[in-house]
Amino acid sequence: MMKLEAIIQPSRFESVKDALREIGVEGMTVIEVRGHGRQKGHTEVYRGREYTVDLLPKIKIEMILPDKIVQSVVDTILRTAKTGKIGDGKIFLSRIDDAIRIRNDERGESAL
Amino acid sequence: MDCNGPALRRAILVSVVFLAALFAAKGLKAQTPAGSFLASAVSQADIAKLDQRISAAQSSGDNAWMLVSAALVLMMTGPGLALFYGGLVRQKNTLAIMMQSFALMGLITVLWALVGYSLCFGSGTLVGGFEHAFLRGVGVEPNGDYAPTIPQLTFMIYQLMFAIITPALITGATAERMKFSGTVLFITLWFLVVYAPLAHMVWGKGGFLSATLGGKFPTLDFAGGTVVHISSGVSALVCALYMGKRHGYPKVPMPPHSLVLSFIGACLLWVGWFGFNAGSALASSGLASSAFVATHFAAAAAACGWSAAEWIKNGKPSALGAISGAVAGLVAITPAAGFVAPMPALIIGAVAGVVCYLMVTRVKAIFGYDDALDAFGVHGVGGTIGALLTGVFASRAINVVYHDVKGNATAVGWLDGNFGQVGYQFVGVIVAWVFALVGTLVLLKITDMLVGVRVSEEHEIEGLDVTQHGEEAYNLET
Repeated sequence: MMKLEAIIQPSRFESVKDALREIGVEGMTVIEVRGHGRQKGHTEVYRGREYTVDLLPKIKIEMILPDKIVQSVVDTILRTAKTGKIGDGKIFLSRIDDAIRIRNDERGESAL
Repeated sequence: MDCNGPALRRAILVSVVFLAALFAAKGLKAQTPAGSFLASAVSQADIAKLDQRISAAQSSGDNAWMLVSAALVLMMTGPGLALFYGGLVRQKNTLAIMMQSFALMGLITVLWALVGYSLCFGSGTLVGGFEHAFLRGVGVEPNGDYAPTIPQLTFMIYQLMFAIITPALITGATAERMKFSGTVLFITLWFLVVYAPLAHMVWGKGGFLSATLGGKFPTLDFAGGTVVHISSGVSALVCALYMGKRHGYPKVPMPPHSLVLSFIGACLLWVGWFGFNAGSALASSGLASSAFVATHFAAAAAACGWSAAEWIKNGKPSALGAISGAVAGLVAITPAAGFVAPMPALIIGAVAGVVCYLMVTRVKAIFGYDDALDAFGVHGVGGTIGALLTGVFASRAINVVYHDVKGNATAVGWLDGNFGQVGYQFVGVIVAWVFALVGTLVLLKITDMLVGVRVSEEHEIEGLDVTQHGEEAYNLET
């Protein structure tokens, strides 16, 4: 089992979500986050006072995936979340030791 | 048949009325040549009766407009100004700033009923007397000095609404750091010591700046450029300087928490201003129409002016800029509304939009004072521009202010041929500035000694909503 965390542009989220559903991903957790990497923020001006907004809104998708579909999910996100500009985000993968379904104590990949 | 019934009946009715009128007219014709003493006596009485009816009809029309105007001006404070200012502060101070506006709707009203009206509109040179204290003698009979066609009660309640919004404007400069107790005490004193005398000098019977009621320096101020906007704007500057900057200003970002609220507030102000300016004709007259048009034109031109300046300077025209510009234009046209034609109104608005933009963006930054919501930059500066330009553009074609010995209308403003008016406007502006400056400084000192004007640093950081009022504007989790 792998945990996939993808931080993407909010504008690409709908396409990513639809593409993932098409390849059979059954669940995901989505969080609206703010952050920045190499992408610089923007400035806002209120009555001549400039404010630099360096934390930008992003969407973070979290999924725990069976090993066999990890690669296709990564490929799908790369394909659909890309705009080619700085600020497109990142994907992080990490190992998951176990998963437990609270309803019936199922364990491992079958609990996903 | 069914649908013909009513039409038929109407046709019959119309013809009956027509015939009756014809007979009546014939009867009159037959009578006129007779022309006996008796007949002329009857017609004299008839004319008097008719006169009475006409003036009753005019009074009824004027009163309707003035009551609506009074309500419109109240709407400028709550919700107009409360929303406009409320959106501009940070979330933690939203209720506090709105409450300051609302509290004045209560506080000033009570003061007005007790002594305020009398101090403003009683007779005297510097301030009104106490002849109308506790609203003595203020009833449905008109007060001929001010508004001969409406009940004095209407005039009184209309003027009250101005007295409410004026000190409310000052709270824009003290926003996010002034104690509520300090605000209440300071405004009470300010209303009695600064507003009432100034209102009396400009508008009151015998006031020495009054243009029409026997003043030595006839200053034209149609709806309160000096009384309302210069007085509040200059006092706002003094408050901002006296209180010091907000904690963290200008390093910590303090962007407006909801420009949506400000947007709604500004639009309500714009609409309410028709009551403020057109209502200042004190009648439902052609002058009211003229002031209405000038008001609207100036607001529009100023919104365009500020936006254009911002577009050129920043590359983007902001919503906050557009609404701030409109307010600046409304401020500037206030003293001029009932004296200038539509085209000068456009010019006054455009000038105010650009100059006020430069004031709040450039000049404020150069001097570094923290006029939190730009009460001085918009009201003090816009009011001054408007008062001076009134002297330039005022025209006898719009409003006959001065007469020669034969009773003919004479020139009003500079372009009308009366250059001296600019000088009188200048005197009015200087008096208002000095009066507001000195008065506010003294009253702030007194307030500071008695209850304090500024909240503690912890309270300021925590926010005035919780520390001054024990509540929060947004409890989104609940």
